Amino acid sequence: MNGGTDGKSSDVEDTVNGNGQHNPAARAMACALVAVGALLMLAPFWLMFVFATHGRGTIFDLPPPLWFGEALLENLRILTSRIPFWRNLGWSLYVAVASTLLTLLFCSMAGYAFAMFEFRHKRALFALVMGTMLLPSFMNMIPTFMIMDVLGWIDEHRALYVPGAASAFGIFLMRQYALNAVPRELIEAARMDGYGEFGIYWHIALPLLRPALGTLALVTFIGSWNNFIGPLVVLRSADNYTLPLALRSLQSTVNTEWGALMLGSAIATLPLLVLFAFASRQLIAGLTAGAVK
Amino acid sequence: MTAMQKKRPWLRPDWRPDLRTCLRLSPRWAPYVFISPFLVLFAVFGVFPLLFSLWLAFQSWEPTSGLDAMQFVGLENFAFALQDVWFWKSISNTLWLAVAAGVPQHVVALALAVFLNSLVGRWRDVGSGLYFLPYITSTVAVAIMFSSLFSTDFGLVNATLALLGLAPVEWLTRPEHIKPAIAVIVFWRYLGFNVVLYLAALQTIPRDLYEAARLDGATRWQQFRFVTLPGLRSMMFFGVTLSVIGGLQLFEEPFILTGGKGGADQSAMTAAVYLYRMAFDFNDFGGASAMSWLLFGLVVVLTWLTHRAFKPAGGAA
Repeated sequence: MNGGTDGKSSDVEDTVNGNGQHNPAARAMACALVAVGALLMLAPFWLMFVFATHGRGTIFDLPPPLWFGEALLENLRILTSRIPFWRNLGWSLYVAVASTLLTLLFCSMAGYAFAMFEFRHKRALFALVMGTMLLPSFMNMIPTFMIMDVLGWIDEHRALYVPGAASAFGIFLMRQYALNAVPRELIEAARMDGYGEFGIYWHIALPLLRPALGTLALVTFIGSWNNFIGPLVVLRSADNYTLPLALRSLQSTVNTEWGALMLGSAIATLPLLVLFAFASRQLIAGLTAGAVK
Repeated sequence: MTAMQKKRPWLRPDWRPDLRTCLRLSPRWAPYVFISPFLVLFAVFGVFPLLFSLWLAFQSWEPTSGLDAMQFVGLENFAFALQDVWFWKSISNTLWLAVAAGVPQHVVALALAVFLNSLVGRWRDVGSGLYFLPYITSTVAVAIMFSSLFSTDFGLVNATLALLGLAPVEWLTRPEHIKPAIAVIVFWRYLGFNVVLYLAALQTIPRDLYEAARLDGATRWQQFRFVTLPGLRSMMFFGVTLSVIGGLQLFEEPFILTGGKGGADQSAMTAAVYLYRMAFDFNDFGGASAMSWLLFGLVVVLTWLTHRAFKPAGGAA
């Protein structure tokens, strides 16, 4: 129905405005241009997967291969012999899951408090939360390393998922959602019935926040999965590397095995493409939430 | 409530063991308990390190020599940074990249958003989805992919140039070519993000405004100039601010494409890459801290200038 009205209104535009400036040929040109642009956007992904199946012999052919080759297993063998690939993949997954769970807990707690309670210094504290969003990431690079050094967290994975677990973005998202989704009367009623505050948060507010929790989970998982600077500063041993760091170490060896490197990159990209295929709308909404609201 | 209690008996107040009743939160203290994780993490990993880095900016220190070896040197680190040729080079690289990747990004995103907005709902979603895809993927994987595409002897970019009868370009090894190559990657990665921003803003412009303009005999261009553009101004400000802040932090693409070194003749060494090298390659934590505060100042100034540029009434009809 939505599409119908849209189509109709653009028809109206066409007839009223069709005085030479807006002819079908120009429109077809624009469509073709945008389609070619979309293909260019996708091309690097396609090539990444194609190159992942080519070995030394064919990957550097001229013109380069545009269709799958036969070296997938050979590339996998090289990849897993040069770096502890499955271990690295496991660490990436572990850090992403831990960081997602912790972020969901801390951000929903704080967002719920900012949305549902009146307390002293509430506005100042919320301004503080928002202020932390404005700090450029490079400001944190050196201090983060030093604090991890002091805590003895260098080369520990908790250095990656603990510090960012109460992210300003997450708190903001949760607060905005809770304002509309959690009725104050319900909270009051539960209080009358004798529920404790944590019980109200856990059993009543949290289920109501589920859609926003889903969005925050997606955004956090992807952010952690792709994180490069954090592990670069904190992790030291190749056995503890997460995927991006491991792939980068593969690239810096003298004799770069491009096929294996592409296979690693493709495997690192695959979960994101799957997530995107199933939840693109929610993902786009989540990643642009700060802006669009 | 009763239905819920029946389903989950442990929710009933009388079911709870005594200890839990003792620990029960009062509404008065609950909010502080709920935000305490944020406060603790922010204090430990936010405020303290930041103050520490400010203090460090006035010290001379190498991490290998232990905390005792720290020496107060006043403004020396700042003076060194301001006289450092590489520091200025890294800033000019960063600004060059921010402009070369940022300006086309917004111009193209705006045009794309206007076009996609004229499509039926489903095609609009498909289109913006396809353009958005690069934004969610691993920067490292993408940078590795592009370093293969741009490689001199067997990259697809040069192969395409050869088809057109053009000579191959040494994209990643010549100082004058590596920056454009990085700008292309940044453009590719962030275009779709801006398209989605502009698309969302376009949908908030009331259709009546276009009707009215049309009745007044406005051409398509005039409608764009006097209805669309003013309607997009606040989103433009927001998008450009994000690009400015993001552009000044650019790290991963140049880091991967230059093997962490900054490229031939430091031609792709952005400020963030230099900051990293200063601390972790050259072990000068004091100098790196001073530099990070100078850069922070630059971010603040540029954000303020962006704000100024969008504030005065320019095209308000």
